[in-house]
Parts: sequence; structure tokens; C-alpha cells
Amino acid sequence: MSTGSRMFPKSARLRRSSLPYLLLLPALVLELLIHLVPMVMGILMSFRRLTQFFIRDWSRAPWTGRDNYELVLDVNRPVGEALLRSFLTTCLFTLLSVGLCWLLGTAAAVFMQESFRGRGLLRALFLVPYALPVYAAVITWAFMFQRDNGLVNHVLHDQLGLGGADHTFWLLGDNSFWALLTVSVWKGWPFAFLIVTAALQNIPGELYEAAALDGAGIWRQIHRITLPSVGAVNQVLVLVLFLWTFNDFNTPFVLFGKSAPEAADLVSLHIYQSSFVTWNFGTGSAMSVLLLLFLLLVTAGYLLVTTRGRRNEHV
Amino acid sequence: MSERPGTNPGPRSGRRSSPPAPPPSFRVIRAVFLTLLSGFVLLPVYVMVTSSLKPLQDVTGRFRWIPSGLTLRPYIDIWHTVPLARYFVNSLIVAGAATAASVVIAVFAAYAVSRHRFRGRRLFTVTVLSTQMFPGILFLLPLFLIFVNIGNATGIALYGSRGALILTYLTFSLPFSIWMLIGYFDSVPRDLDEAATVDGCGPIGALLRVVVPAAVPGIVAVAVYAFMTAWGEVLFASVMTNDTTRTLAVGLQGYSTQTDVYWNQIMAASLVVSIPVVAGFLLLQKYLVAGLTAGAVK
Repeated sequence: MSTGSRMFPKSARLRRSSLPYLLLLPALVLELLIHLVPMVMGILMSFRRLTQFFIRDWSRAPWTGRDNYELVLDVNRPVGEALLRSFLTTCLFTLLSVGLCWLLGTAAAVFMQESFRGRGLLRALFLVPYALPVYAAVITWAFMFQRDNGLVNHVLHDQLGLGGADHTFWLLGDNSFWALLTVSVWKGWPFAFLIVTAALQNIPGELYEAAALDGAGIWRQIHRITLPSVGAVNQVLVLVLFLWTFNDFNTPFVLFGKSAPEAADLVSLHIYQSSFVTWNFGTGSAMSVLLLLFLLLVTAGYLLVTTRGRRNEHV
Repeated sequence: MSERPGTNPGPRSGRRSSPPAPPPSFRVIRAVFLTLLSGFVLLPVYVMVTSSLKPLQDVTGRFRWIPSGLTLRPYIDIWHTVPLARYFVNSLIVAGAATAASVVIAVFAAYAVSRHRFRGRRLFTVTVLSTQMFPGILFLLPLFLIFVNIGNATGIALYGSRGALILTYLTFSLPFSIWMLIGYFDSVPRDLDEAATVDGCGPIGALLRVVVPAAVPGIVAVAVYAFMTAWGEVLFASVMTNDTTRTLAVGLQGYSTQTDVYWNQIMAASLVVSIPVVAGFLLLQKYLVAGLTAGAVK
């Protein structure tokens, strides 16, 4: 890489060899301080009974061994049962949201691959949900989902006459799941669009020309050339979407306030609530550690399976 | 896979120089799909804009597509109902400082990875990037305790201060910024900075005089991304701020905890706080897309 280094006298080379570490130092220190140290501390905290009495000096909180884990994993007791329900809700939510985001983003990118009038404008428009600050966008959706003065009920009940005259609660009860999903997809799909659009630009035009000469129509070209070409990007895209959606805190927090209805109680919000509402940081940390383990397992498994799958494809 | 786009891979290139018109069936489906999608995307924007211009009775009663009258009152009232100006200034300080620091630190780190081979190079990239995948809630609790305890031990009030928030936000955008910049720096020909080094610039001189100017689009992209990240963050802002340091992300909820919910003001405030980032994003969109491309297609 640095073929020029041969020209340098020895002392300069020495200086040069420590230079990269100096350049990395600020980034490294900050990442360690803000991410890794707290993460290790969180693991330690999960083995302590850390209630509000110990917050000023957490090192005095008594060790409790596996107690926190036994508490949050015992599905026959309220804490464990609530966590399990929140976890399953989050899984279903993530599956649907990532699927829809990917579908909309890919479809839009494929449809907009070919130039047409107004494409640039449409592209900018589609990126607006991505650019809007989360809270501003989600608060607007909260207004739209209001029972008495929201747009959604006005359209459904007053204008289309669906579901009778009684307005639906969207931010309470079971419907809140669908409200949350709608907002999540609205906010998330432009990222998929952005990434797939970027990937499509790297497909050589000759592929399409050759296919067209062979008499392949546009659908066949999409099926045979476009979609296979985004496979490599999809691996990362789906993983990133999965992690973002599964960990999403902002959307339910702004949409529902501090306590989400059961049907939309995503796991991040659930941990936040069990920590800051009850001030029991020990159990909250145990839940966080379990969440981390789950994400690590899924990520490792996913990368293993998709990488092997792709390798086989290419052989 | 390892293809790096050039210094300015704009999002513009079509797939053929002179495409034959696609068949009508394709064009109809495309038109229907894109129209529906535009409607979905625009709906909240329409609600935000029109509701912010409505008198209060329009937003407390049944929803109206067309306002009964237009008024600018919400835009005046938002500054009094909650101390919005203070939140705005706080957000500007926090996001601005986090962005500036993040860009400088990311430039140095990305330069090291892009231009030097050293032990731990790969480990560094993987570690930094993997911090991106962990849920914020995981280090929220410990970080909260760390800041509180440092405050108790040293008297430096980190908890509730803007400084703590700046430090935290900076690390949120750092990994992705470094990643994007590595891509950009790799696309700057190495001969350029080696020539500068031979001409008597040190490695830092080469970075500042040759590499940075050549990678301006990437640096702009990173700055936009860092600013958006800090401007929109809710979780840490809701725990780590107090009345004087509160940012917009939390402050905006002040309109809805009152007995009357001033939806027209909420919408006006949402619009006002969105303008800096949306305007910035749409202006610099080209750079961000190019920067994302450089990173994502890696």
C-alpha cells in the first residue's frame, strides 16, 4: 500500500508507524468511553440489585447472582411474561416492517431506474421521510391517528363509511400495532430505496442491451438482471433494517408517550419503562443483556447463512 | 462488490443512453405504484402544513381537509406556549458541536485506515462499526450512571449538561462517518498525497492540503448525516437533559401534555424544526447519496 515508505529515513518511518494510532486515538477513546465501557458496566449491573437507593454510588449495590435473569426469564411471573410478550410483539413488528420497507424501497428503485420526466423531483420527495426529524414526523402521525380529530378516522368512518359511526382508537389497544407499523414503514422505506438505487447504478448497461437483443422484455430483464444484481447489497440492507427496527425506541416513544399499549410495546421502550418508571436498573440491565445476546445470535446466524448461500450461488 | 465509485457518483445515471420506451403495461403499473407511494409519503406533509395554518377550532373538532380559514397565529404562539427558542438554541449548539467534532475526528480516523497499513486496522473498523448495531437502551442506563457518578466524584456536572449530550451524539454518528469517509478517501488517488509528502508536507499536511479538498463532497455528506442524527435523537435527549438544556426532540412534547392539545401549534413547531434539516438535506442530497453509495456498495 505505502510503496513510498521506502524513500523515508528510518526515524521518519518510525514516526510514521505510530501516526495511524495517533490519528485513530480520538475516535477510539470516545467509542470506548461512550459505548464499550458502558456496555461492560451494563453486564456487571445486570448481576446486582440496583434500585434507586444505589444510583448515587452504584458500586455499593448488592450482588445478586442470577436473580435478575431468573426474574426476567420466568414467564410465569408478571415481569417475565410482560418481557416475553414485548419480545414477541417486537419480532412480529420487525418482520412486517422490514419486509414492507424492503418491498417498497426495491420496487420504487426498480421503477425509477429508467429515466422519465419528474424523476429527480420524485426522488427528492421520497427522501423527505428520511430527512424529517423523527419526532416531527411521528408527532404528525400521532395527530393523524387521533380518535376524534384525526385524518385516519375521518377518512375511514366519515368519508368511506367503513367500520360504523363509532370512531376507532388507533393509539390505544390492539390497533396501535398497525398504527406503529404504518409509521415505521413510512419512515423506514426511503432508506431501502436509497441503498437499492445506489446499487442499481453499478449494473453495467451492456447487460440490458444484450438482454434486449435477445428479445427479453422489461419484466424479464428486471427478473433476470436487476433483482439478482442487488443481492449483495440486500445482505447488508436487510441486516441494517432489522437492527434499526428491532431496536427502535423513538417511534413508539413519540407516538404513544412513555407507556405504549401492550400491542405496540416494543422491547426498547419496554426496557426503558421498566428501568426509569420503577427505577430498577438491575432488571433493566439484565433485559438489555439478553437483548444484546439475541441480536448477536441473529446477526451471526444471518451472516453465516447468507454468506454461504451467496458463495454457493456463485460457484 | 469492491467497486468504489468515483469522486462524484451522482444519483443521476440512467441505465441506457437512449432507452426504447417500455411497454404500456409497465408504464401503467409504474404510474399507479409511484402515484400511490407519493400519496403515502405526502399525506403527513400535507397534514403538517395545512394544520399549522388552521385556527384552533379546526384541529380540535372533526378533521378538515380544507382549513376553514388560514392564520399565522400558530407560528406566533409556538414561541410562547413552550420556550421553543431555548430548545432551538440548545439543539443548534448540541447538533452543531457534535457535527463539527465528529467530522474532524472521522477525517483523521478515516485517513489512518485509508492510507496506512497497521496492526489492528481491521479490528478497529469492525469494532467501531459493530457499536452501531447495539440498541441505545443498552448503554443508556450505564452511561446515565457514569455521568451521575462522575458528577458526584468530581463536581463536574455532566448529567444534564450539553457537553454530555454532545459527547454522546458524536459517538453515534462517528462509526458511519468513518466508514463513509474511508470510501471517499480511497477514491482519492494515492499519488496525489504521496507527491505532496515528497514536496515537504508531512502526512498531516498532505491530508489537509490534498486529501481533504478532494473529498469535500464526502465530508459534506458526513456532516449532514451527523447533524441529522443529533438533531433527531430522542432517547438520550429525554434522559440526559434538564429544563435549561432540553432540546427540541423532548421540548416538542410540551405542547401535548397540556390539558388542551394545541395541534395547530404542534404542527407549526414540527414544521419549523424540520426546516433546517430538510432544507439542508435536499440541498446536499446529492452528496449524501454519493457518500452512502461509496460506503454501501463496498
